[in-house]
Amino acid sequence: MKIKLNNREEIIDTEILTVSNFLELKKFTFRMRIVKINGVFIPKEKYDVTEILDGDDVQMIYLMSGG
Amino acid sequence: MDLSIIKDQLAEYTVGIAGAGGLGSNCAVSLARSGIGTLVIADFDKITEPNLNRQYFFRDQIGQFKADALKNNIEKTGSCTKVIIHIIKLSKNNIPEIFKDCDVIVEAFDLAEMKEMLAETVQTKLPGIPLVLASGLAGWGNNDTIKYRKIDDFLYTCGDESTEVSVDLPPLAPRVGIVANMQANTVLDILMNKI
Repeated sequence: MKIKLNNREEIIDTEILTVSNFLELKKFTFRMRIVKINGVFIPKEKYDVTEILDGDDVQMIYLMSGG
Repeated sequence: MDLSIIKDQLAEYTVGIAGAGGLGSNCAVSLARSGIGTLVIADFDKITEPNLNRQYFFRDQIGQFKADALKNNIEKTGSCTKVIIHIIKLSKNNIPEIFKDCDVIVEAFDLAEMKEMLAETVQTKLPGIPLVLASGLAGWGNNDTIKYRKIDDFLYTCGDESTEVSVDLPPLAPRVGIVANMQANTVLDILMNKI
């Protein structure tokens, strides 16, 4: 399937992909992040059950301590 | 556009500042100088000596509540901005009530856990209010890594999105100030586009 991650195209060789699968696949291990799919905020507790579908626009922001 | 027209326009708006430390104090002063009508500032903390390396406070204010001292410092700039303060630790439960009348909210926390909590609360409980995040401002130099990103009409982020503060990479006035002012600049951009 083809998706967009932070406005860049990504091709992923799988049919079913949850947010958790995607983070694992991309080796995104950093703990604090925001995920939005097609403009919808995805709460952390829904990463396991929220599927990313072909054509989806995924936005991810890493949150770093400091201020 | 004439400065007085800009100020008249900005005087109509209310901006929420979540946290009055390095980001919040500098961002709030910048917004007040620009002519924002009302600032809603929430912070539970008191000023300590190590804060003075980057936060908009002074030695004789050590021990005062940051929200209180920031209100005084904003008044000293001569700006007409009305400042409403909440001396409270922000949480999922109180954020919606405190910031419900804001046109934009600025995330100005230190800890990533708090940044995440605020983002989740604003995006789910106050979905029509744009949120301006800060992420990645530790250390010094690397001007070219500090960036701005618009995720959508309701979420913006400022910072390098990669450096985290640590003992070897502390927060220092220049990069904290750059990101705080980048947040303020983003707020102006959002509000001026509402005309």
